[in-house]
Amino acid sequence: MEHYMMNLTLKVWRQKNANDKGGFESYPVKNISSEMSFLEMIDVLNEELIRDGKDPIAFDHDCREGICGACSMYIDGRPHGPWEQNTTCQLHMRAYKDGDTITIEPWRANAFPVIKDLIVDRSAFDRIIQAGGYISVNTGNAVDANAMPVEKDKADAAFAAAACIGCGACVAACKNSSALLFVSAKVSHLALLPQGSPERKSRALNMVAQMDKEGFGACTNTGACEAVCPKGISITNIARLNAEFSLAALVSQ
Amino acid sequence: MKWSEMFTSSIGKKLVMSLTGIFLILFLIVHVSLNACIWAMDGGEMFNKGAHFMGSNVVPRILEVGLFAGLLLHIIQGFMLEFQNRSKRRQGYAVAMGSKGSKWYSRSMGILGSLILIFLVVHISDFWFPNRSNQGFLLGEEINLYDKMQVTFQELWVVILYIAGCISLAWHLLHGFQSAFRTLGVSNKKYLALLNATGIGFSIIIPFVFAMMPVSFYMGWV
Ligand code: HEM
Ligand code: SF4
Ligand code: FES
Repeated sequence: MEHYMMNLTLKVWRQKNANDKGGFESYPVKNISSEMSFLEMIDVLNEELIRDGKDPIAFDHDCREGICGACSMYIDGRPHGPWEQNTTCQLHMRAYKDGDTITIEPWRANAFPVIKDLIVDRSAFDRIIQAGGYISVNTGNAVDANAMPVEKDKADAAFAAAACIGCGACVAACKNSSALLFVSAKVSHLALLPQGSPERKSRALNMVAQMDKEGFGACTNTGACEAVCPKGISITNIARLNAEFSLAALVSQ
Repeated sequence: MKWSEMFTSSIGKKLVMSLTGIFLILFLIVHVSLNACIWAMDGGEMFNKGAHFMGSNVVPRILEVGLFAGLLLHIIQGFMLEFQNRSKRRQGYAVAMGSKGSKWYSRSMGILGSLILIFLVVHISDFWFPNRSNQGFLLGEEINLYDKMQVTFQELWVVILYIAGCISLAWHLLHGFQSAFRTLGVSNKKYLALLNATGIGFSIIIPFVFAMMPVSFYMGWV
């Protein structure tokens, strides 16, 4: 693809801390290469802000290769920006052209309060995992990897669900701020494997209970989550979780 | 887990919507089949026989109580979910996501449901209420419902309101039909495809047949 340079206008949500009201600030950014990543473009702006003695834009990032799920940005009305099955860090500036205005907001959900600027507190997800997103293993030597046979179909479905990076885009996209795609990915991943079977019932019940406690909404099956998920997690997982939860609740004492 | 915990969890509330929704879908099949007797071209004889059975036999009258209970549960739980879900994002986005990834009617179940509710209030006070009050709400004498329809559907605005009600129902079901089965936990792709297709057919055909009833009276086809 041909290389080109562009000038852009960024409209960015700035908020000093959790209690600050916050608001949008506009920034012109000049001489941006089409080969830069989106986060590199913000790095360029931040360098400039620091040089001018201003507070740089705070944003979450870690791996910058699409696997950690930290880079939460709601770009022009879509979590992780315009590309399909993509994280913000893997969005590149060739998606834009000279003169574009880009609006960047943090994830919006009561369960994800803003800490600063574009950074939100996603520890609610950690507490949901702590409530049941684990398996019991015997101590001692590691078992041989192939000691336990797993059907190919199930292994594939479990692996597809395990691809969830916990980024929270599903919550950001959902009109109800529901976390069901995330929870369903975590529950499906373990429910489909023999290793996950000892806690299969309590896992579904406890993770859903924690999700409700954290203040996420209920699911309306609109599909907005699936459309923005960088890892292509299917909403079929939500249907599976619904069954896991209902059966576990029905047979529980 | 207690029953109360199950049905007040986020998934449990959706189970209530789904089960009552499927119950209402089953009712629609009975309702549309019986009412289709208006097209028997016999001056309403067959239709009135059917209506008489539904109004004078104890079994459908007991089922009727269940229908109202189910409808009420669906409406109350629907509104509560709508308000609770809306409250989960105190601060909204400056740039709305809109239809990127979801259909407008799937995001408008509360509004579509409210439109259906407005229609139902009119519809119930047009037919069910005058008939049952004539019966003393027990098993007393009924009014001639075919004649009542004949009179009611001479007004153009009533016909338009009924058509609008049917269109709202069609959109509500276009999302609701398949959603109800996902909520129940159907995750098998083969069955989901089947339910999706059935849902689309049902959502278009049933409201269309309903809408043709007032139209038929207004146009003098029956
Ligand atoms: C009378 C007024 C009605 C209201 C206020 C209403 C409201 C709602 C709402 C808000 C939802 C979405 C809940 C959610 O997904 O979060 C819903 C779902 C649904 N409704 Fe209704 N509704 C009404 C009438 C009906 C009727 C007449 C039928 C069927 C014949 C129906 C069938 C369904 C179905 C099948 C669902 C899907 C359940 C699911 O997603 O699991 N509704 N309704
Ligand atoms: S399901 Fe997808 S969108 Fe949701 S947290 Fe996991 S990776 Fe992110
Ligand atoms: S920074 Fe790790 S996924 Fe984007």
